[in-house]
Amino acid sequence: MERPDAPYCESPAIRTLSIYDEVGDSADSTCEIGYSHLELLPRMLSAREPVLLSVVVERTSGLMNRDYAKQILEGSQQAVARLISWLEDEDERAYPFMEELYPHTGKAYILGITGSPGAGKSTLTDKLIRNIRKSGLTVGIVAVDPSSPFTGGALLGDRIRMSEHSTDPDVYIRSMATRGFLGGMAKATCDVVKVLDAFGKDVIIIETVGVGQDEVDVVGLADTTCVVLVPGLGDVIQSMKAGIMEIADLYVVNKADREGADQLNMEVSARIEQDTHIKMSGWTPTVHKTVAVDNVGIKELWEAILKHKDFLESSGRLVEKRRNQTYQETLRMIHNEMFRLIRDQLQENGRLDRLVEEILERRRDPYSTMREILDEWQFFTPKQKEAS
Amino acid sequence: MAKKIKIIVAKPGLDGHDRGAKLLARIFAEEGMEVVYTGLRQTPEMIVAAAEQEDADVVGLSSLSGVHNYFFPKVVELLKSKGLNDVLVVGGGIIPIEDYDFLQKSGVKAIFGPGTPTMDIVSFIKSNVRAR
Ligand SMILES: Nc1nc2c(ncn2[C@@H]2O[C@H](COP(=O)(O)OP(=O)(O)O)[C@@H](O)[C@H]2O)c(=O)[nH]1
Ligand SMILES: [Mg+2]
Repeated sequence: MERPDAPYCESPAIRTLSIYDEVGDSADSTCEIGYSHLELLPRMLSAREPVLLSVVVERTSGLMNRDYAKQILEGSQQAVARLISWLEDEDERAYPFMEELYPHTGKAYILGITGSPGAGKSTLTDKLIRNIRKSGLTVGIVAVDPSSPFTGGALLGDRIRMSEHSTDPDVYIRSMATRGFLGGMAKATCDVVKVLDAFGKDVIIIETVGVGQDEVDVVGLADTTCVVLVPGLGDVIQSMKAGIMEIADLYVVNKADREGADQLNMEVSARIEQDTHIKMSGWTPTVHKTVAVDNVGIKELWEAILKHKDFLESSGRLVEKRRNQTYQETLRMIHNEMFRLIRDQLQENGRLDRLVEEILERRRDPYSTMREILDEWQFFTPKQKEAS
Repeated sequence: MAKKIKIIVAKPGLDGHDRGAKLLARIFAEEGMEVVYTGLRQTPEMIVAAAEQEDADVVGLSSLSGVHNYFFPKVVELLKSKGLNDVLVVGGGIIPIEDYDFLQKSGVKAIFGPGTPTMDIVSFIKSNVRAR
């Protein structure tokens, strides 16, 4: 028999057990039976009649189908935690619950914090949480760190800086590894944000290292994006190369206790000033000096974030931004799933390997091969087929 | 996507050295696990909150300061009280042999003293971790 999830022992299986234990009693009587009893279940059952056995087994498998969506909406941290794990694993069990949760999303404000490793993002996040909590809002944090491309493992150290909030029931912190995904994000990051959104967190902070050129980076997910820079790292030049300067709504010059902070501040401001002449935009990024370790400049930073939020809301940009995000996301999901389906089918019977060999030997070409496969999947409408 | 073992490495108590814990964290990561390192001076409550939010499969506790007899069972107890009965709790650090029995009876599944080959720790974890 499969083991049910430990945290949810006081659900159907337990009730079933009690029904069983008190044969003849009313069906909805319950009693406290712990996890360890579940292990005894098969032995207890074997002593009884086969009919009852089937009843119990049936009910027990019902336990596997716990309603995570409902529990998340009711505030269960453990249901959130497990659903997130499934999303990270791309476990099929997750998606029906995501469908249920989706109508409850869209309420949270999503803040992206990005910058080089060691820039102070986690420390900054910790202090921002403190400020946000003071205003009575609840917070969810998704802290993404890279997976090792060699071992697939990851060392996730962002919680170290956020210890202060670990037992606050209104703060939910989740560390994530990128698992080979580019752009400083994990593939499931946007799903995880949705879970925390449905869970009722008012503000969701995504901490990521750097920004890729991928469309699936933090900018595509956050309402407000803060880029954290530090003096003395040649960050500005690097960032300009990496395209980071285009994506910031706010700049944070952290470690302002260090030499070179004013210089960096000036460079960034000059760059922003330049940009205003090149691009028309309703929003001019602002620059904020902070000393995150000492909680200096954080209150001002949070106020500036709220100002950007106001701007987005009053100008209609927020709706526009989210429409664009939804558009991209919908396309991406269809793309991913179609790709997966086709790839799996091609790999299943070794057909892909054979095709590759034939292409290698020039008995085929990849162009017509692709068309052939798509034809099988009936992606072309009859009309296009005729035309081709 | 392959499932990964998620492990919290925590350092309860007040001592300020975490070189050993950090090293272990790195070893677990090298072994393909996703390791959440929580840092120094963690209370059992903080550790268990982290385990709950991170959906940790394993909690690895390290102690050098002789507080293990209080902290380790406390972590197990708090996990149980939250219904997190299937989280594997293991301990390490400087722990006198005569305490092993007590700790294991209180639900710490394994104790790894100094000098335990890291591969032993890793394989113990891999063969005792829950499914999810
Ligand atoms: N001097 C100084 N150090 C800071 C400041 N903010 C963070 N740090 C330190 O920088 C290091 C990296 O911080 P962390 O928040 O982990 O950076 P992250 O990698 O960007 O998340 C830590 O040792 C922090 O204590 C700051 O404002 N001034
Ligand atoms: Mg960090």
